[in-house]
Amino acid sequence: MGVNPLDRYESLVDDPTAFRAACDRPLPTTVRVNTIKSSAERTRRALDDEGVAYDPVSWADDLLTLPDSSPGDSWAFAHGWLHGQEEVSALPSLALDPQPGETVWCACAAPGSKATHTAALMADQGNVVANDSSLGRLSALRHNAQRLGVTATTVTRADARSYSLNPFAFDAFDRALVDVPCSCEGTVRKNPDVLTEWTMDHVESLAEIQTDILCRAVQATRAGGIVVYSTCTFAPEENEAVLDRVLAAEDCRVVEWDAPAGLETDPGITAWAGERYDPQVERATRVYPHRNDTGGFFCARLEVGA
Amino acid sequence: MSESSDAENRSNRFDRLPATPAEREVPGRVARSEVLDYWADRYGIPSETFDQKTFWEKGAGKIWVVDGDHPSPIAVEGLGMTCLRTRQEFWKPTTDFVQRFGELATDCVVVLSDDEAARFMSGDEQAVAWDGDWGYLIAARETAGDAVPLGVGLYTYGTLDSMVPKGRRR
Repeated sequence: MGVNPLDRYESLVDDPTAFRAACDRPLPTTVRVNTIKSSAERTRRALDDEGVAYDPVSWADDLLTLPDSSPGDSWAFAHGWLHGQEEVSALPSLALDPQPGETVWCACAAPGSKATHTAALMADQGNVVANDSSLGRLSALRHNAQRLGVTATTVTRADARSYSLNPFAFDAFDRALVDVPCSCEGTVRKNPDVLTEWTMDHVESLAEIQTDILCRAVQATRAGGIVVYSTCTFAPEENEAVLDRVLAAEDCRVVEWDAPAGLETDPGITAWAGERYDPQVERATRVYPHRNDTGGFFCARLEVGA
Repeated sequence: MSESSDAENRSNRFDRLPATPAEREVPGRVARSEVLDYWADRYGIPSETFDQKTFWEKGAGKIWVVDGDHPSPIAVEGLGMTCLRTRQEFWKPTTDFVQRFGELATDCVVVLSDDEAARFMSGDEQAVAWDGDWGYLIAARETAGDAVPLGVGLYTYGTLDSMVPKGRRR
């Protein structure tokens, strides 16, 4: 057995003991209200009616934690008003800030939490092109999109690195959400196996794929459009290092994005393991588990050049 | 863009429904106007609800509703959501469609008690009090002051048979 990858990050966090303790605790159960079918306010009344306890998440109206039930237990879930989703996984769609009527690419969309959240933020108007390379994972994506009542979507199956817009009448996306496959260190509270399965070789091969997918997203997005890059890992090799390479290769820049008020975040890092990164990567957002009692996350907002 | 040029239904792509029966090229394919009339006439769902939506067929009789428009035919894995099964004597709305748009319905909505709703969601058949049309009804329950759809039930001879698909039962 190799080293625990979390050891690598003790120099990055403000309170290593609290960081490690949070990573050892199970994650709270959170749900997102599906605003395509019901408002957050009406959904809370429905949960009150049926006696299901919930706590609001301080930084987002449409997120609730369930202290003593599973997401699928309630009538509200049966109506398709709730979707089980970890709270930090709602960040990339918020950073994307999609508008009704736009065309948005979700490059690695399955099982669809972020794609359906994106469609909800667009009031189910426009086209969320939800892509994934795996047929099995697409079936979960389609099930979720149908259950949540999303009509503003097209589902495709392709390798995101060489994605073609051929089926469509448009020639560029307004926005793209690039939530890539990653080493998933930030999901350790849900799945501790990510630590025992971790290898540096895997991280490096993922980083190559991530770079290629993000490059393709920048190319496929119109000038002035927005691309959000996100992972659920702490590994700088898969986060800032990927941004650094894409900034050098493509016409884009990292732009400021204010995380929702009430969510404690840290900036991206500009140096790691002897490497220095483009100073723009500091505008990215890191979320450590101990700061808000969540999973770990990384998110950056990029603007495509003219 | 025009409808499918080779005038047959294909299972690996989506074809937009013709606007009216007069524009039909593929035998048996329903027209958009017929779909809108069905929602309005049977369920009272206003046709304007779908002003920004287009309807598509993929696979024999399976109708999909999507926001906005696309080139037709289009070869993708999914386009919006399935909404209706046609090419059979009685058309059948999907669970997902009635959950999404069924709150706008004024007719053919049977409101179940929570006990009845629980039986309905487990996929069972049950006796219900209903003196309206027979056939496919929207089954709903009261919550937060509204009658909120759960799915589709087939009503015949005093009995409501749940059409909730296996993956949505509880």
